[in-house]
Amino acid sequence: MDDLWNGIQQAIWLTLTLDADLVEISLRSLRVTLSALFVSCLIALPLAAILAVRRFKYRRLIISTLNALMGLPPVVVGLIVYILLSRSGPFGVLGLLFSTHAMVIAQVIIITPLITSIAHQSLRELWSEYHDLLISMNTSKWQRIKTLLWDGRRALMTASLAGFGRAIGEVGAIMIVGGNIDHATRVLTTAISLETSKGDFALALALGFVLIALALAVNFTTHWLGRTEREGRW
Amino acid sequence: MIRILIMLITVIFATHSNADMMRMAVTTSFNNSGLSEKLLPAIQSDLGLEVQLLIVGTGQAIRLGKAGDVDAILVHSQKAEEAFVDAGYGTHRREIMYNDFVIIGPANDPANIHDTNSAAEALRAIATSQSLFVSRGDDSGTHKKERSLWSSAGIKDADLGSWYRAVGAGMGASLNTAAGMGAYILSDRASWLNFKNKTGLGIQFSGDPVLFNQYAYLPVNPQRHAHVKHDLAVKLETWLTSQRAAEIINAYTIDNQILFTFNAK
Amino acid sequence: MFPMTACDLSVKVRQKHIIGPINLTINEGGITVLMGPNGAGKTTLLKALHGIIRLANGQVTFATPAKTAQEQQSFVFQSPIMLRRSVLENLAYPLMINGQDKQSAMERARTWATKIGLSAHMDRPAPFLSGGEKQKIALARALITSPKLLFLDEPSASLDGAATVEIEALLSEAQSTGTTIIMSTHNIGQARRMASSVLFMKDGQIDAHSAANAFFDTPPTQDAQKFIAGDIVI
Repeated sequence: MDDLWNGIQQAIWLTLTLDADLVEISLRSLRVTLSALFVSCLIALPLAAILAVRRFKYRRLIISTLNALMGLPPVVVGLIVYILLSRSGPFGVLGLLFSTHAMVIAQVIIITPLITSIAHQSLRELWSEYHDLLISMNTSKWQRIKTLLWDGRRALMTASLAGFGRAIGEVGAIMIVGGNIDHATRVLTTAISLETSKGDFALALALGFVLIALALAVNFTTHWLGRTEREGRW
Repeated sequence: MIRILIMLITVIFATHSNADMMRMAVTTSFNNSGLSEKLLPAIQSDLGLEVQLLIVGTGQAIRLGKAGDVDAILVHSQKAEEAFVDAGYGTHRREIMYNDFVIIGPANDPANIHDTNSAAEALRAIATSQSLFVSRGDDSGTHKKERSLWSSAGIKDADLGSWYRAVGAGMGASLNTAAGMGAYILSDRASWLNFKNKTGLGIQFSGDPVLFNQYAYLPVNPQRHAHVKHDLAVKLETWLTSQRAAEIINAYTIDNQILFTFNAK
Repeated sequence: MFPMTACDLSVKVRQKHIIGPINLTINEGGITVLMGPNGAGKTTLLKALHGIIRLANGQVTFATPAKTAQEQQSFVFQSPIMLRRSVLENLAYPLMINGQDKQSAMERARTWATKIGLSAHMDRPAPFLSGGEKQKIALARALITSPKLLFLDEPSASLDGAATVEIEALLSEAQSTGTTIIMSTHNIGQARRMASSVLFMKDGQIDAHSAANAFFDTPPTQDAQKFIAGDIVI
């Protein structure tokens, strides 16, 4: 219990004094996660819309596979990405290993199935609502996708936030492909892991509280900007 | 909107300038000692060289060296190091410094190893009394040392009963586990001194010369991996074996105890 | 575009025969009212003629190529489908789909919003309006593109008297400005008021197709007679 209280105290102290190391790794955490989120959404959201609207032969298989991929253990993804990006591996020449780029790549692989599945579920419901109307109006496939993505944007935001949550707390994959290098690839989660292994529970907890606060802040801000939970909005 | 997108893309793909940077894999024990925090800034200011440390177990460090994902490794497992060089993955092996291993245990010392005269005797006492013992179990330098000590003490794998707990983790994590269980554990002195969760544990045995722990520096062989920054690795080696490094290493203390002794020739 | 001809049309859903074979011709002008007992297949026929459900057999042809004809039709569904947008955006949607620029589309939408008495609610989210208001929006949205052919499926089924009057007025106006209308209804009174010709359906087939006066004065079949009298037709 001492550790818990010490952790809270340290968290407040580090934040108030804007401790340089803390600021550095927090910003890096945000940068890596938000970059991964951005790339993932670029892939996941249109993919979810296409899966909702188009009928084609392997659609059910793709949807089931995406649902299953949500259960991919992140550390396994990390290992596979490491092997691919290693100098001895196929993409070694790119020199991406142990960089934040590698971390973004691993996180994109982990969260894209999650965002796609959740987005697809709500877009599918929206599509069944709009189906007759949009077909009656002779909309093209692209117009349908754009309409679904726009009208369904709040549900898509929820899907993205789910992806964000998964990414910001992830540690297994980015530890392996990033290497937790001080001043280069160390982020909040890998720092917590390191401090825990060193026995410095108070500091680890402090970093943990900062991480929680960060995640909550992003969520609250997103909801506030999107003006959800207001009358007559979705 | 477009402007935000462009900003985001630039931020994502901005590559930092590459001014003299190399990557070295080091062991968790080395990092936990805190010495790297003294050495790295000195290396930066003396050589203008940024050394990025990957803190992993000895086994993983060697694996990274073999794959050419790092430019040099700093580990403490002579047999594995010699094999690394013999197989052509490293150019050579250069001894830098040593610290020692200690046997940590619960304050009440149930196996009574405090009064033993050698590490072998201490380990036999633990085995006979079947006191809880935590092992790194991760193929690290410390783990390899521990296994060699058991076998020198005449204790075979079959004799390691349920009191022997292999956790497969780094030094700090293993010490945590030992603290939690009230178990004995082999640790390097530096990691122990720097460990922040000592409750209930203490050094129960030390001083036997066989507990000597030699750290060596091995540059990755550029003939195996042409892209490796060999010139920087050589530069770092020269520095690590210099008088300047000797001063920093020998002056590094925790609780007024010297942790490492420089012994590069 | 006219005449519209349905030739040997039939629709099946999961092996079950719903309507057909149907042969009919609709000429330009006037309001054709489609009537019949529940389950006769009125909704299915309307959707089949409009081309938004798959035909098991037969085809629907126009004097112009199918694509041109498709672009000049609109459909008002029994349960109004509102896009999750404002009233104004709902009205402007079909115009913008067809490539009209946002400014003029919104202008036209404003005119129609006023026409249906919803100028005070233009920016409110459409799905949150009352049933009657939604149906008016749906109708205005269907008419805003000045379609040559308009289908309606029981447009005032859940509306009160006042709303019904408004809908019927809009339909009369549309018809007088060149829109041919085919609508189904349960309301005999409405049929009498609006129809210039009547299609009577029973058990998935056309039982009778004649001019309105003729139909109501001298019902061509026994079932038609029973229906007009308000009896249950099995």
